Amino acid sequence: MEQKEIIRIEGLTKRFSGKNGEVLALEDISLSVNEGEIFGIIGLSGAGKSTLVRCINLLERPTAGRVTVNGQELSSLSDKALRLARRGIGMIFQQFNLLMQSTALENICFPLMLAGVGRKDAEKRALELLEIVGLSDKKNAYPAQLSGGQKQRIAIARALANEPKVLLCDEATSALDPTTTRSILSLLKEINERLGITIIVITHEMRVVEEICSRVAILDASHVVELGKVQEIFRKPKTAAARRLLFPGKESGEAVGVGERMIRIVFDGMTPFEPVIANMVLACGAPVNIMFANTRAIEGKTIGQMIVQLPESKEAVSRIEAYLNTQNISFEEVTEDVL
Amino acid sequence: MFSKEMLNLFLEGTFETFYMVLVSTFAAYVIGLPLGVVLVVSEKDGIRPMPAVNRILGIVINLLRSAPFLILLVALTPVTRAIVGTSLGSTATIVPLVIGSAPFIARMVESSIKEVDAGVIEAAQSMGASPMQIVLRVMLPEAKPSLMVGAAIAVTTILGYSAMAGFVGGGGLGTIAVNYGVYRYQTDVMLFTLALLVLIVQAFQEVGMRIANRIDKRKK
Repeated sequence: MEQKEIIRIEGLTKRFSGKNGEVLALEDISLSVNEGEIFGIIGLSGAGKSTLVRCINLLERPTAGRVTVNGQELSSLSDKALRLARRGIGMIFQQFNLLMQSTALENICFPLMLAGVGRKDAEKRALELLEIVGLSDKKNAYPAQLSGGQKQRIAIARALANEPKVLLCDEATSALDPTTTRSILSLLKEINERLGITIIVITHEMRVVEEICSRVAILDASHVVELGKVQEIFRKPKTAAARRLLFPGKESGEAVGVGERMIRIVFDGMTPFEPVIANMVLACGAPVNIMFANTRAIEGKTIGQMIVQLPESKEAVSRIEAYLNTQNISFEEVTEDVL
Repeated sequence: MFSKEMLNLFLEGTFETFYMVLVSTFAAYVIGLPLGVVLVVSEKDGIRPMPAVNRILGIVINLLRSAPFLILLVALTPVTRAIVGTSLGSTATIVPLVIGSAPFIARMVESSIKEVDAGVIEAAQSMGASPMQIVLRVMLPEAKPSLMVGAAIAVTTILGYSAMAGFVGGGGLGTIAVNYGVYRYQTDVMLFTLALLVLIVQAFQEVGMRIANRIDKRKK
């Protein structure tokens, strides 16, 4: 099936001029997002991801480069045309950004009123949206009376009011606890599937990307350092930035076996987990030291990975490599800094 | 304690004071509210940056605010005469009251609007709101409780100014306090006027704060 592209970013650069001279937030970013996909942009704080998402609806004007959404090159539009184009791009935020002096219903009506929809029609549509986000009983509540998750649901309903083609989520779950995060993510997924809305998710949490994204771009120090299918990037992270995100917090802090060779073995769901290592040890007659292991579910497939320390003898190492190759198990050599 | 004529005088003075203060506050807001909005909107990082407008407006407001009200009152006599026909009495006092308090109100409005969460304004921009829509549908409604507190402060300040106008025949309770209390040494009259002024200030302040609290939906 031919994928239709809905967002294209070409050579995007953004510099901020502050008191201490110029700050480069983004440099020469190029990527495109296909219609109907959930695309993740992940990076540590300060990587430039919030600036990047604001360049997609031009809340920030790029210093250089082009942003095309829905076939319209946004930076070429007049103020008025840009405001119209923005109605086709919904956005939700980490801090929800609801009108605190308005009820849930009024908040959802707000973008409709801006677009000139009459009060009656706006309310009718807002009630439908409340139904979608599962908060029909809270229509007269003020944001201060709602929990974080409920506020984000209202914000999602508000962002959907003008039937956008694209929904931008700027750290939308970062202020929420894990359970609420999960329910918001499944709501986003449902919206994506039911309404066919393309979703861009900005986050610093790998689990968010794993849970809902099909493709991801890793942003590090103002650049896209990796871009591809979530499964592939998870299986073979090429850059240090990607590994930092995949294994936050350095699960094993002690420098066990520093200076010795280690390999990362990836199990992609087809290979059973335990016997592989046991069989390998038996077949090769050499012990390995398991340094790290975990499994993650990505798009319904279980992916496991394990980092093992190789024995010192060169022959044993080559036997192990040969064994893994014959078993069609992918592996790569890693250095201790991944731990 | 006081003769019937005296009590009538107090009644009349109180009425004049209310008249001056309320009309002046209203007129000062008609001028000060838009100016306060312009101050916020035209800032460098505002929703419609206009640096030149912002700077000039800021300077004019500061100039007017740095003149002590009593001096402004006297200096504006020709202007008052041109507008009202006389510089005496409560209606005439409204002119310097408005000119003296509008810049102050503009600053109060400015600070109230600046309290509005920048994120909410950004959200409105992301939905395609125009600067005018942001002012009318986001900034002012979101700042309402704070604007109300500001209004209570403004009313009481204007009340203080109006009493000062008593020295130049401005009418109201201020004139009674000056004419009887200061010039005729009737301390009891002065104290009674003072008590009335204190009561009125209290009433305005209390009512203003109550309304502000009631309309603020940020509290559960």
